[in-house]
Amino acid sequence: MGKELFESMAQSVIDGEVEDAERLARQAIEQGVDPLDAINQGFVIGVNHVGAEYAAGEMFLPDLVLAGEAMKAAVAVLEPEMQRRGTKRQMLGTVVIGTVEGDIHDIGKTLVATMLSSSGFQVYDMGVDVPIQTFLDKARETSADVVGLSALLTTTMVKQKGVIEALEEAGLRPQIKVMVGGAPVTRTWAEEIGADGFSEDAIGAVAVAKELVGA
Amino acid sequence: MTSKIKSITNPRLSLDILSPEDVQRIHTATLDVIETVGVRFPSTRALDVWEAHGATVDRDTMVVKVPGQVIEDALKQAPPTYTLAARDAAQDLPLDGNHVYVGTDGCGVQVIDIHTGERRRSVLQDVADIARVADSLEEIAFHWVAVSAQDRPPHTRGLHELRAIWENSTKHVQTESVYSEQEAHAAVEMAAAIAGGREALRERPVLSIMQCTAPPLGQDGGSLDAALIGAEAGLPVGFMTMAACLTTGPATRAGNLVVGNAEVISATALIQLAYPGTPVFYAAAQTASDLRTGAYTGGGPEDFLFGAATNVLSDFYDIPLSMGSFATGAKEPNWQAGIEDSLSTFMASIVMSDMLLGVGLLHGSRIWSFEQMLMDCEIFDLVYHMMQGIVVDDDTLALDAIRAVGPGGNFLTQKHTRKHMRDIWLPQFMDRRSYEAWEEKRDGAREWARQKAGHILATHQPEPLDPQLSAELERIIASVQGKA
Repeated sequence: MGKELFESMAQSVIDGEVEDAERLARQAIEQGVDPLDAINQGFVIGVNHVGAEYAAGEMFLPDLVLAGEAMKAAVAVLEPEMQRRGTKRQMLGTVVIGTVEGDIHDIGKTLVATMLSSSGFQVYDMGVDVPIQTFLDKARETSADVVGLSALLTTTMVKQKGVIEALEEAGLRPQIKVMVGGAPVTRTWAEEIGADGFSEDAIGAVAVAKELVGA
Repeated sequence: MTSKIKSITNPRLSLDILSPEDVQRIHTATLDVIETVGVRFPSTRALDVWEAHGATVDRDTMVVKVPGQVIEDALKQAPPTYTLAARDAAQDLPLDGNHVYVGTDGCGVQVIDIHTGERRRSVLQDVADIARVADSLEEIAFHWVAVSAQDRPPHTRGLHELRAIWENSTKHVQTESVYSEQEAHAAVEMAAAIAGGREALRERPVLSIMQCTAPPLGQDGGSLDAALIGAEAGLPVGFMTMAACLTTGPATRAGNLVVGNAEVISATALIQLAYPGTPVFYAAAQTASDLRTGAYTGGGPEDFLFGAATNVLSDFYDIPLSMGSFATGAKEPNWQAGIEDSLSTFMASIVMSDMLLGVGLLHGSRIWSFEQMLMDCEIFDLVYHMMQGIVVDDDTLALDAIRAVGPGGNFLTQKHTRKHMRDIWLPQFMDRRSYEAWEEKRDGAREWARQKAGHILATHQPEPLDPQLSAELERIIASVQGKA
């Protein structure tokens, strides 16, 4: 019985069926299944499967994103029950992510956020055109391990440097790692501004974030 | 398990390259040339046929002059459609005007060894290896003899090559490498053994024969005899002109088409006069010679235009076309090879040439490269996807998905995206990695293509020939060898 439910959960993620994932999460709560078991023995198995299929060239980006969405939806349903039970999901780390001020490019950053979230990070996506102060406040509030900064323009790239400087001034830099990305961003630039991590795509960003938090 | 075959069909792109008036003028000019200038047919057998059908035959120069009406009437005997049979009937190729098939190129004389990377003289084992790789690739529908088996005696070489292909593939074989009476008789006998007898071969021609003309305005004697012997047995027969602007043809494109057309349709008419109703095809690989050296180029705008124009001519005569494409003068798989192979293949495909020849050769069809073979298959795959055009209907207009996403969202999470994402072309050999991933390895298409070919060679097991059949082919070759 439990096994079948877990298998359906994994399948809902593999199929990217958000409604199914939510329904199965509710069913788990009704049946008294531990939400952590539902996540770790059910939904996460689906995420891992999609990741492996992607790596093997059998599945593609939309599969990854849809799986991430289904996973996120299921966790949202299970969250109140975890709070009620006083349990917490073990996360790899907390990431505050956004596109820097003056830049409204969304999709790359959103992809990275989705990939990080489905890989087991607690992700706070601040959206686009995010002021330096907002990054700073959110990082402090959430005790973030990582701040991710996206920029698609050579004119807004400098804001990545601005966030790093602000973190330093606030004395947060020792405990917060910074990763940067975006089409004009290179490893050289990342090193120049003192960022800790850099990736050219969303898949690579997950590996970088894991490395930064020592996972 | 035999692989399926990928062919372009139901095209959604088209090209106007010659108007009906243009074609009529080329045809009229061609008949004028055949009737007043003549074409050289150095074969007693051929000259006898011409004489019997009212042509003016000069036995000394072997030039025949044929009234236009005789040519036109003869060509009307040719069947407009027929099927090239394969050892495996599931791989038969209907030449119905609605399919574009790709073969291997031929006939090279050197091979870039897949293991050592060194260039060396081609041998029989190369013919076998290439056939085996081609057998496994869905882009490849049929074989030419890709390289010459130079470790076999010249007078039976073409037969060893045929056997090597049949031993390693179930797909149709079109030989461009049999051009003597003796070899042609043996090749027919071998094909009959494969098909299950002479009558069965007529029904299911597992072999077709391609011969080159001898431009300008000439034929090769051995080729004519071999073609006539093939036609007598009911094998599809085609003549290929390679008349080139500047040297073997006029500098002008239209003039070069006239010279090539005169060679091809006169030889095709000969086949119909000798054996009415024989399946025939038009074949061409016309180009322009290099302005500085006069060398064969294989590539360039003239080449690409001829690639599209020739199918208009073969359609006018209502016979299938075997068209030279993937022709390149490049010495190794590089920028030049990519351009020449892509544009020639696109131009020949957009007009729906029935057969494209072919993948794998470099340096003006001299040097075989497995890397180029695999990359040429990717070029065909790319053209294949382009030929599907843009479908406009309720589903493809995607209004529901557009409404669901709205301004500023993304389409990655839409079911519509998932449903259609596999329509998006995915390359095997193009580098779409991140810069860092490339920088780490600094590899690319050539390495990946070589790895894939190596993998196929190491793992692909073609459907073997029946041992008795294999022995029979060997006996036929030995009987010819003994006569030398």
